[in-house]
Amino acid sequence: MLKQLTRWTALAIAVTLPLSANAHRAWMLPSTTVVSGDNAWISVDAAVANDLFYFEHHPLVLEGIGQPPQRADGNARPRAANRLVITAPDGEEVAAQNGHVGKYRSVFDVEITQKGTYKLAVAGAPRYFARYQENGEERRWMGELADVGDALPANAQDVQVSQMESRMEVFVTSGEPTDSVFAPTGQGLELQPITHPNDLFATETAEFVFLLDGKPAAGVEVNVIPGGIRHRDGLNDIRQTTDADGKVAFTWPSAGFWWLEAKVVQEDGVQAPLTQRRATYSATLEVMAP
Amino acid sequence: MRTWFLLPLAAFAAHASAAEMTVSVEVPRLAVAEYHRPYVAIWIENGEGHVADLSVWYDLKLQDNEGEKWLKDMRQWWRRSGRSLALPADGLSGATRPVGEHSLTFPADHSALAALKPGDYQLVVEAAREVGGRELVRLPFSWPVADQTEHQVSGKTELGNISLNIQP
Repeated sequence: MLKQLTRWTALAIAVTLPLSANAHRAWMLPSTTVVSGDNAWISVDAAVANDLFYFEHHPLVLEGIGQPPQRADGNARPRAANRLVITAPDGEEVAAQNGHVGKYRSVFDVEITQKGTYKLAVAGAPRYFARYQENGEERRWMGELADVGDALPANAQDVQVSQMESRMEVFVTSGEPTDSVFAPTGQGLELQPITHPNDLFATETAEFVFLLDGKPAAGVEVNVIPGGIRHRDGLNDIRQTTDADGKVAFTWPSAGFWWLEAKVVQEDGVQAPLTQRRATYSATLEVMAP
Repeated sequence: MRTWFLLPLAAFAAHASAAEMTVSVEVPRLAVAEYHRPYVAIWIENGEGHVADLSVWYDLKLQDNEGEKWLKDMRQWWRRSGRSLALPADGLSGATRPVGEHSLTFPADHSALAALKPGDYQLVVEAAREVGGRELVRLPFSWPVADQTEHQVSGKTELGNISLNIQP
């Protein structure tokens, strides 16, 4: 059984940013999601920043893309690299090109040679995170699940061990949208389109199903936020919760790039030493003007 | 003698193919520093959506079909039809047109009209211009008609007068 927590803590984002203590959003922003013609390319920004979609904090460092920045902090704990996987309509993996890491963003290009829908995904194996009190002080730990017993001191109190999974996706279509890239992996939280994510139009309603470990997941909190936060007062987000069939529907009030985040927190039925499992899914969606 | 015999047949044939549709689209003159001829798509919809394409004007001359890159800017046409077509398409693709009125006549045996069932439709014209704007105009009509019928509407920005003349 899934237990729904309403708080959107720093940890939700820490899934894609394993060691970030702050609640920062991580996202990819494609130059476009709908292309025509034969010689199509897209360029993508990847950043860690709260404002959507302004790069102002850190680049989203991706394995094999550009030169990762040198960490000035010698004590920084090792960070597992995020791996970007680009899947073409025929199922083949495509390499990103022209990668670069700047102060605030990573940038890469994708050549769109096939007709159909491509998927850009940053997801990985589950990560394990512990929080505990030691002599009245809050402590954190991150590592392999097998090591948690040895890593925590004997006098650790209020121990919480979380398994965290995340998936971040962008979809791009050349010509007619196709569905091949939506075959679920069966791990973590995933999106199954009823409405194709490259066929979104303002004033229309889009429906998606969320799967947890390949099965429709009820009670998943799904939040969408329009980009352009810096130039308005309100967040203007829309919050929905998946129904018994895992389905959620959004009627887009305006065109533009939207950020979608879905999250599920499970406390019942997790195996010791875990006390909690958190799975998040995020996507940058382009909503077209009608 | 032979000619005389064939005359009634010719008259019958002429009558049978008299039904036709003439679409006139005005590309307006715009006071802009940088002007490019608009991409224009003309198609027929009914209450359920796209029925048939009539014409698509885009840059056919660029090397490597580079002109197709901007077809998606006619975003409703691209969604309704363009993205599923192999372009250029015979009888559909045409070059962009200059400022002025452009008249297109579609005879009853044109593939779009031959398959058109009696009912209520909309003629849809969508224009998108490089470094300019985009506009979509709809013109309702019924098909077929008993008498000659004229419909007209005006675009506001990227399109001028749109008229539709249907012959019975």
